[in-house]
Amino acid sequence: MNKPLISLDSLAQPIDFDALKATAKSGGCSTSSCGSSAKPEDMDAAVWDKIKDHPCYSEEAHHYFARMHVAVAPACNIQCNYCNRKYDCANESRPGVVSEKLTPDQAVRKVISVANEVPQLSVLGIAGPGDSCYDWKKTKATFEAVVKDIPDIKLCISTNGLALPDHVDELMEMNVDHVTITINMVDPEIGAKIYPWIFYKNRRWTGVEASQILHERQMQGLEMLTERGILTKINSVMIPGINDEHLIEVNKWVKARGAFLHNVMPLISAPEHGTHFGLTGQRGPKPMELKALQDKLEGGAKLMRHCRQCRADAVGLLGEDRGQEFTLDLLPETVAYDPAKREAYREFVASERGDHMAAKEQAVAAVKEAAVDASLLVAVATKGGGRINEHFGHAREFMVYEARPSGIVFVGHRKVENYCMGGFGEDASLDGIIEMLEGVNVVLCSKIGDCPQDMLQAAGIEATDRFAFDYIETAIGTVYAERFGAELAAAVA
Amino acid sequence: MAFKIITSQCTACGACEFECPSAAIRFKGESYWIDPAKCTECEGSFDTQQCNAVCPVPKTCVKAAA
Repeated sequence: MNKPLISLDSLAQPIDFDALKATAKSGGCSTSSCGSSAKPEDMDAAVWDKIKDHPCYSEEAHHYFARMHVAVAPACNIQCNYCNRKYDCANESRPGVVSEKLTPDQAVRKVISVANEVPQLSVLGIAGPGDSCYDWKKTKATFEAVVKDIPDIKLCISTNGLALPDHVDELMEMNVDHVTITINMVDPEIGAKIYPWIFYKNRRWTGVEASQILHERQMQGLEMLTERGILTKINSVMIPGINDEHLIEVNKWVKARGAFLHNVMPLISAPEHGTHFGLTGQRGPKPMELKALQDKLEGGAKLMRHCRQCRADAVGLLGEDRGQEFTLDLLPETVAYDPAKREAYREFVASERGDHMAAKEQAVAAVKEAAVDASLLVAVATKGGGRINEHFGHAREFMVYEARPSGIVFVGHRKVENYCMGGFGEDASLDGIIEMLEGVNVVLCSKIGDCPQDMLQAAGIEATDRFAFDYIETAIGTVYAERFGAELAAAVA
Repeated sequence: MAFKIITSQCTACGACEFECPSAAIRFKGESYWIDPAKCTECEGSFDTQQCNAVCPVPKTCVKAAA
């Protein structure tokens, strides 16, 4: 068993990396199998090199590395029915929402301030509100200025694709090696229900004609990126009744054109967002509907399941957002980049993730060995680092894993209202959490009170803190073996 | 003959600024502003007013009262 090693809280404090490394090493990795490489077996080495520090492209990396977005490109060339760019709120968390738009100069100051404070930072993205390729001059000015100070930061953009073909060569020149295109349809008839208009070639287009143009430009952009070896992720918003089944078709199209990852995200829709879909009562999918669609897509273009649909000015590990610590009024007038923290953290991760991968492989092997035809859905409270290290009451989301005869796979996350507000658990929010955990068999966390534990038990969910600070997969493997090993023995007897 | 921006509805995204063929639009205070002396309503350049065609908020780039 692994001992409790690291609290990621400690990373927010001044860091003693020597001490961190010492504890990490005492945690039990003594075999020669623990190298610094944690490359999955079925992946090309060159691709792994590109994604190993990118939290959005590698499920494994997202336990260790952080991204930040800067909202420097607010202008957009299309209108989507799930977007309302007039709306702006610091308490909301969804794509396209920011508290403040930045000029490229302000963005550079912000990136350097974050790099000095958040050692996990590895990626800078420009993802709206607006479109990075349409508002191109600002995107370009920001990237060019940032890499002068921080040459090893990974640059990525997110775009609707309409203006993408015009800038692919410049993206190459600037070493932007990750591009996300939001593709919600490959059939313009369906597109017409999602996009009321686009602005292209100096005029506004509407209806099926608009979506036809958008579709052609998206496919052209994707093909151009693939030709040049730029890794492309496709984001799709799952809109029940409009494009849910159609996304199977989208998955085939983007796979055929070389997309690296397909990220199907649930529509976020509420009247108070002021979006067309919000105002017309279009609902988003339930967690199990999303999972069912994602399961159908297995075998097509590789799926991303760890997306948190972060705000367009998010800062930090996926699932956390430290954006409010770095608002403009808090930034110093002048900043100088100090690479020390980021470099030390990278060394630490190199050893820790080797350890984690070895533990994970062991756990997966144990599940396969159990050889029972059963699956277990496990929700985990974690702050990162691949460990069960968050209190049940503090969790704002649970990472959901499925243990099944083929192994242990991460299947998604479920956002919840955190149960513990100032030390008092709220029954109403617990009901909401239980609802969000639909289908889950086991909850793993670092600590849980008797009352919520009993209520979860009553709802058929086993919640336990027995595996506090263990690696996630190790604990899941043990739970799986306990449950089904016993069942197997009973069946044989 | 000019267009104007309804300030209270402007999201300050700036798309109109770089689409304007007459360089008549600039950021002023908290939103964008069309210089009536420079605005041509895109006559001679485009069939439709570019600011109005690209603006994400309906009825925000409108014809100024004569």
